[in-house]
Amino acid sequence: MTTHQFKPDLPPPVATVGVYAWLRANLFSSVPNTLLTLVALYLIWLIVPPLLSWAIFQATWLGDSREQCTPSGACWLFIEQRFGQFMYGYYPPELRWRVDLTVLLAVVGAAPLFVARFTHKLRYGIAFLVLYPILAYCLLSGGMLGLEHVPTTQWGGLMLNLILATVGIAGALPLGILLALGRRSKLPAVRVVCVTFIEFWRGVPLITVLFMASVMLPLFLPEGMSFDKMLRALIGIILFESAYVAEVVRGGMQAIPKGQYEAAAAMALGYWRSMFLVVLPQALKLVIPGLVNTFIALFKDTSLVYIVGLFELLNSVKQASADPKWLGMATEGYVFAALVFWIFCFGMSRYSMHLERKLDTGHKR
Amino acid sequence: MQNHTGAPKGSWLTDPRIRAWVFQVVTVVVVIGLGWYLFHNMQVNQQHRGITSGFGFLNNSAGFGIAQHLIDYTEADTYWRVLVIGILNTLLVSVLGIILATVLGFTLGVARLSKNWLINKVATVYIETFRNIPPLLQILFWYFAIFLSLPGPRQAHGMLDMFFVSSRGLNMPAALLAPGFGPFVVAVVVAIVATVLMARWATKRFEQTGQPFHKFWTGLAIMIVVPALAALLFGAPVHWEIPAIRGFNFVGGWVLIPELLAVVLSLSVYTAAFIAEIVRSGIGSVSHGQTEAAHSLGLRNGPTLRKVIIPQAMRVIVPPLTSQYLNLMKNSSLAAAVGYPEMVSLFSGTVLNQTGQAPEVMAITMTVYLAISVSISLLMNAYNKRIALIER
Amino acid sequence: MKMLKSTLAVLTTAAVFGASGFAQAGATLDAVNKKGFVQCGVSDGLPGFSVPDASGKIVGIDADVCRAVAAAVFGDASKVKFSQLNAKERFTALQSGEIDVLSRNTTWTSSRDAGMGLIFAGVTYYDGQGFLASKKLGVKSAKELDGATICIQAGTTTELNVSDYFRANGLKYTPITFETSDESAKSLESGRCDVLTSDKSQLFAQRSKLANPGDYEVLPETISKEPLGPVVRKGDDEWLNIVKWSLFAMLDAEEAGVTSKNVEDMAKNSTNPDVRRMLGTDGEFGKDLQLRKDWIVQIVKQVGNYGEMFERNLGAGTTLKITRGQNALWNQGGLQYAPPVR
Repeated sequence: MTTHQFKPDLPPPVATVGVYAWLRANLFSSVPNTLLTLVALYLIWLIVPPLLSWAIFQATWLGDSREQCTPSGACWLFIEQRFGQFMYGYYPPELRWRVDLTVLLAVVGAAPLFVARFTHKLRYGIAFLVLYPILAYCLLSGGMLGLEHVPTTQWGGLMLNLILATVGIAGALPLGILLALGRRSKLPAVRVVCVTFIEFWRGVPLITVLFMASVMLPLFLPEGMSFDKMLRALIGIILFESAYVAEVVRGGMQAIPKGQYEAAAAMALGYWRSMFLVVLPQALKLVIPGLVNTFIALFKDTSLVYIVGLFELLNSVKQASADPKWLGMATEGYVFAALVFWIFCFGMSRYSMHLERKLDTGHKR
Repeated sequence: MQNHTGAPKGSWLTDPRIRAWVFQVVTVVVVIGLGWYLFHNMQVNQQHRGITSGFGFLNNSAGFGIAQHLIDYTEADTYWRVLVIGILNTLLVSVLGIILATVLGFTLGVARLSKNWLINKVATVYIETFRNIPPLLQILFWYFAIFLSLPGPRQAHGMLDMFFVSSRGLNMPAALLAPGFGPFVVAVVVAIVATVLMARWATKRFEQTGQPFHKFWTGLAIMIVVPALAALLFGAPVHWEIPAIRGFNFVGGWVLIPELLAVVLSLSVYTAAFIAEIVRSGIGSVSHGQTEAAHSLGLRNGPTLRKVIIPQAMRVIVPPLTSQYLNLMKNSSLAAAVGYPEMVSLFSGTVLNQTGQAPEVMAITMTVYLAISVSISLLMNAYNKRIALIER
Repeated sequence: MKMLKSTLAVLTTAAVFGASGFAQAGATLDAVNKKGFVQCGVSDGLPGFSVPDASGKIVGIDADVCRAVAAAVFGDASKVKFSQLNAKERFTALQSGEIDVLSRNTTWTSSRDAGMGLIFAGVTYYDGQGFLASKKLGVKSAKELDGATICIQAGTTTELNVSDYFRANGLKYTPITFETSDESAKSLESGRCDVLTSDKSQLFAQRSKLANPGDYEVLPETISKEPLGPVVRKGDDEWLNIVKWSLFAMLDAEEAGVTSKNVEDMAKNSTNPDVRRMLGTDGEFGKDLQLRKDWIVQIVKQVGNYGEMFERNLGAGTTLKITRGQNALWNQGGLQYAPPVR
């Protein structure tokens, strides 16, 4: 009789749940991975604690003059003291409620458009887009209905960034759609004009466009004819941005199946009708995320209007940090401006991703 | 039988062909008219105000100094030379920025797909932080908050007593020509030719027999050994000039000025965030079946990525990558904010002010940017064509 | 067809604007009268010359010259709007008609007067270029600056002067050019450059903005002549005269002892024929300039005479503490000399 010998037991399977398993799978699965993890940890240790200590733990939050700030941490008093200037520029403090009201109206007015169950979106949207700018202009500029006039030279801060970006994109959209149509047109002359226009604006830096718009535009107009500086910056931004919008819209139009064009032609729709009733409604829906991204880029680019001498957020920060009372506070100012820009851009990019998922109704392969 | 051919005849107004013609003629007339109108106004205004026009100013002597010039320059040189220096400085920033942004962006894009949780999150935080902050702000921050807070030249951080980092930039040894330079150049050329021949032979053999050959390592060996032999036989090709403090500043050696460093770093950090996202979605667009197929053919992870995934992902990556390169080049104009002498700051800044000829200077500036844009687009399109899917 | 119509509309508008023609002498005054204010180009922040105070109001002698012009034209010194321009925008802004007068510590040179379609209306401030250096450098003279790195504001005559000076003395230097004076000051402080060069008045102004002004000193050399003054577009003599004489009026007022405090009293009671002519009591000298009769009264009452303006913005009571020096009146050993009103 042979003795039956058992083989030794296999070790238990590696745990796949629990903290240890998670760490093993995600951080230390192999030698190179472990090394990478350690390097990353070292980098984090190098950057994060000093940053937190400067920005939060050692920072000065309360007080009203530079002398109260500790040298080892950030001096947020500067931001607190100049907060109004960063948000509104030189807009008279006692009239700033008008800016707040304008923003509030925009939020309240646009809210129904984001409610899924609201049915008259298109009609409401158009009415809103027509009425709101007029109302906003009246409120901000004043000079009527008993509101005191505030010239655009006093507009500034974040408010100006938002105005330039929203008006810029709203103005660029119609022009961009026309350019996109022109670029896909069958008429060679129209196509050449549109392609040249688009490629020209896409090829030059915004900074030179703004310079042209601000100081050189009057040279191209009849003598004595001139208009508001902010308006001129806006014209430059709109022309520049329309080229980018055109390319985004063109992308959307290319994604529309040929059958749609043929179907429109089969129904005896003319060019404009087939475009505006059949192609564009579908294409625009496709390009909304792209447009939001263009808007984000434009919002970041509005910081360039310092070239024109307009006091948007970044320029307000620069201006304020040159004040002898707050010398050496430039870093705090830049960090604050970066944070504000970041919050807006990050929020919008998240929204754009959300839209992309929501609107993905199967047109794409 | 009824005749169905042809649309019902109406007036010529509804004839689509005639309408197309009319429409085009009107477009052209409007565009030309508008252009002429603006140009005419400018001429009238200039003439009326006695502003000099024309490009004759380019031959005048400039008379001011420039912080960084890649070609020889003295104050007695003409504005032409200043223009060339401006273009070169813009190109320098753009090229350095593009290289750095590409390397950083691809690394981050791959890191973003890493299975290592920490690496993945670090890459995500990086991307989301830097792409949502305006590049101008980043340039100002790098320059004023980081580079200018470095110690002065006398207290510079030294490395090996050859490299010095201070608020004056990065000073490093310069290579000066030595007698061995001629033979060295010949050796390098020989090495390059040998490497190319070797690579051709290896490819041919691989295609015929399927035998792999270590092209890269062999090539590297040739490239190192041959020039090294030349240097041993004929003496060193260059001798090094070490920067040293004399008077106010470092004298000797090469220097990368902080303006250049700040602009290149901030633009590549900014653009890399976008490139990383492009790379991620490009790699993501290659179907997982490709990986499985490669594995089933016996390819390991490395070759799978290099030979199967990346070539296919590049087709998706290249077009958006091109526009990122263009953006970086155009954003280099923001360097004017920190006084780096590129096109906008040097030419449409200083030259414009010394001559007062805004239309001409701006026209030249815009033409230069357009030309660079078009060149980048053409290069990238050619590359795109080469890697495009050849459908049979 | 809709498209066709709108394009036609654009064409017609273009034709109408094109036909509206261009203006002759007097256009600037007409335009200024029509819009109701003087658009004045000033610097982007230079203490004593033009700098926004805490409320955003621009103060300084350059700004006050513009106020004087507004007072002469409208009888109201507040009818002026300021455009803050950096050095490289200033001439284009004036040439293009964006501003009516440029009063931005701008140096009078022949090429600016001749080729740029501009003309200088006078000298507000006689200046000269110098160097601001950290005391730590131990430099006592500009001749010791061989090999130095120098911060300059882009697009200024200083850029040219410094190059001339170093070439003439056989010295080497590295220029770092910034768009704004704040940036150059920041760079000097951080040690990016060894010295900062600018007009001397500006050096004092910039030093006052540094964190430790006591650590820096202005070197003794003056390497150039920098007559700073207001500039207008060429071809409009009427407007040139208005700007020119607004400045002269302030100088003449100082010379005659007319101040903002006593001007109204003197306008009524003075027996001095010079003063009576100047203040419009006798004669119609304002009318020839297309101005109101009491233009000088308004300038002096609202802005002050030249001496008052100088003291208020640059003098001992300010952080700059600049003495009159060359800018004293001619009869007090200075260069400021204005032709008489008669």
